[in-house]
Amino acid sequence: MPDIPNLLITNGTILDPRTGEERKADILIREGKIAEIGEGLSADGGETFDASGKMISPGWYDMHVHFREPGYEHKETIETGARAAAFGGFTGVACMPNTDPPIATRDVVEFIVKRQANLPVDVHPIGTVSKGRKGETLAELGDMADGGAVAFSDDGDPVQHGGLMRRALEYARMLDKPILGHEEDLTLNAEHGHMHEGAVSTRLGLPGIPALAEEAMIARDALLADFTGGHVHVCHISTAKAVEIVRQAKAQGVPITAEACPHHWTMTHEAVDDSGFDTHTKMHPPLRTAADVEAIKEGLGDGTIDVIATDHAPHASFEKEVEFITAPFGILGLEMCWGLTGRELIKPGVLSVAEAVRKLTVAPREILRLAVPVIEEGADANLTIFDADTEWTFEAHHIHSKSVNTPFVGSQMVGKAWAIYNKGQFVEAEYEAVAA
Amino acid sequence: MSNENTIDQLKHRHLLGLADYDADEIRLILQTAREMRTVLDRPIKRVPSLRGVTVVNLFFESSTRTRISFELAEKRLSADVVNFSASGSSVSKGETLKDTAQNIEAMKTDVVVIRHSSPGAPNFLTNWIEGVVINAGDGAHEHPTQALLDMLTMSEIDIPSHSGLADFDFSGLNVSILGDITHSRVARSNIYGLSALGANVTLCGPRTMMPVEVEELGVRVTDRLDEALEGCDVAMALRIQLERQGGPLFPSLREYHDRFGIKLEHLKRYPNLRIMHPGPVNRGVELASEVVDHERAVILNQVTNGVAVRMAVLYLLSGGTAIE
Repeated sequence: MPDIPNLLITNGTILDPRTGEERKADILIREGKIAEIGEGLSADGGETFDASGKMISPGWYDMHVHFREPGYEHKETIETGARAAAFGGFTGVACMPNTDPPIATRDVVEFIVKRQANLPVDVHPIGTVSKGRKGETLAELGDMADGGAVAFSDDGDPVQHGGLMRRALEYARMLDKPILGHEEDLTLNAEHGHMHEGAVSTRLGLPGIPALAEEAMIARDALLADFTGGHVHVCHISTAKAVEIVRQAKAQGVPITAEACPHHWTMTHEAVDDSGFDTHTKMHPPLRTAADVEAIKEGLGDGTIDVIATDHAPHASFEKEVEFITAPFGILGLEMCWGLTGRELIKPGVLSVAEAVRKLTVAPREILRLAVPVIEEGADANLTIFDADTEWTFEAHHIHSKSVNTPFVGSQMVGKAWAIYNKGQFVEAEYEAVAA
Repeated sequence: MSNENTIDQLKHRHLLGLADYDADEIRLILQTAREMRTVLDRPIKRVPSLRGVTVVNLFFESSTRTRISFELAEKRLSADVVNFSASGSSVSKGETLKDTAQNIEAMKTDVVVIRHSSPGAPNFLTNWIEGVVINAGDGAHEHPTQALLDMLTMSEIDIPSHSGLADFDFSGLNVSILGDITHSRVARSNIYGLSALGANVTLCGPRTMMPVEVEELGVRVTDRLDEALEGCDVAMALRIQLERQGGPLFPSLREYHDRFGIKLEHLKRYPNLRIMHPGPVNRGVELASEVVDHERAVILNQVTNGVAVRMAVLYLLSGGTAIE
């Protein structure tokens, strides 16, 4: 790496998310590595970042994003997605393979790996489970793993065929990789719903997506994980019973983990009505009931849900500015994640700061069998500088993604991600003006 | 006018649905519609109320009677009328609803009547045009003018025990809505409107056609036809979409008629029962053919009232006030 300037981070509190230990110290980064940790360090000719009142943890990781490249570059690219990730405090992400062509072969895996090489954010490709993402036969999981795929998923669609899911789990176990499940039994969503099936869909006459479709599939996959010994990771868990199924499976030692997204513990299906059919309230799985929101918080609190992930799903304005049933599913997530975590989880006492950071650092990387960065002398500098208590309002100019599809413009946030350092690059979040 | 309205103007700019209209507004529309009815009985069925007002009928779903009813209402009020239907228009070339709306807006129109398959499409339209939006049916969400004409028709029924009907006081009136509630915008608008006027609403149909948690709308639910008809003043049968036969919702039209169709025997067993249907009727499915033609079926009154109600809505939303 050519001429990386030194960086001195002063007066910050270093947080170890594994132990919850905090210590106040300066960090000197030289040549992309942590050169020294201590008090009263000198910048040694480099830049200084004053982290007074702020915390420093290993860099955050979002294991569920859609960066749309290749094929849908008008929504997001690996570069713009990484920019949004950096603003949100993330130094690493795993990107879902529902691109065009899908990340279903080694050459596309390697394309992603190459595209992200010089970016400050690690972008790890997730390969498809099935060939062509068609849900019929196994993709070349081994070849993709050799090329750098960290997991497998047909996300956007479930692996509807139980027999294929069984074989995928057996095969992925051999490769020591998890299968990330988009948990939905399509036959139980026969009306192709557009929102949660419940009192609000009944009121609005919108075809509903039953909670049952998600729960039945998670139950199947929990049984398959138990049977095969393969690791099932439940994507974007959204219902109370789904949380309970995962809780019980874990209690029986089944190799299953789960993630939850900020919108699923922040909003309910009432938002579809309250917003007058705003398509920024349309995502998959859909916004559920207040009881589901409570159950997800409980699951996050008791450890049933291991990971906070965003399901960052950019769509162009012209695609979202349509009538409700025509609009694609999904909203942005990376840049609002921490502020909503602070508002809904940390401030109300659902999670401590260390527990929340653990779900954004250690937990996702362990699921993906990635090394968890450490803040120690000699280690590569991979860290996030943040606080958990700044109250602020999310505005449109805080969006660094290529798309702007979010219901959170104008929303209260608690906690800011201030900067990241990774791969020898220091990126400060711009809160006052649009970053270049 | 004998009835006293507490308001003489609508509070809303648009008619997107009856869910957010209160009893005063609904009564004002019905009262005005009753005045409009008198226009329809004149030899020259035209008044100048909407002269100079341009109305666009924007129909993205095929519809014969609703479109004709709106068009007649517009012409009776002397509005300039433009029809825009999905086939043969830019919509079939892939234009978005936003672009269609903005193009119509650029043509300086005043009122848009929209029929669309997506719930909320009329709400969406209000984001992109300045003019008045009237919902002529959006998916399974609402069909407010249908419910209004249904209520106007009910108000004309002579039921000795309900003397307030003529003044649009529906308290104690028992209305049963029968059929595929899940997919019915007519049912939803009627539930909202009838409840606002004080009626008791019962829903009846196969459990497969009953939306989840529908009780939260303040209705009684049963899957037994006799329970729905016992003590019922008005039974409104909904059209069964024939293509759903043999799908997961019901096995056959024959079995549907057997369990949920209103037959002559019901009219005999319940001598005060009146029959309504939003049309078009599948004879021998929702209603036995003899029931359709029975004197206690008021289906054609509904059609006439449809024009009057749409005249009233157009008139009031274009700035008209109560007719004294």
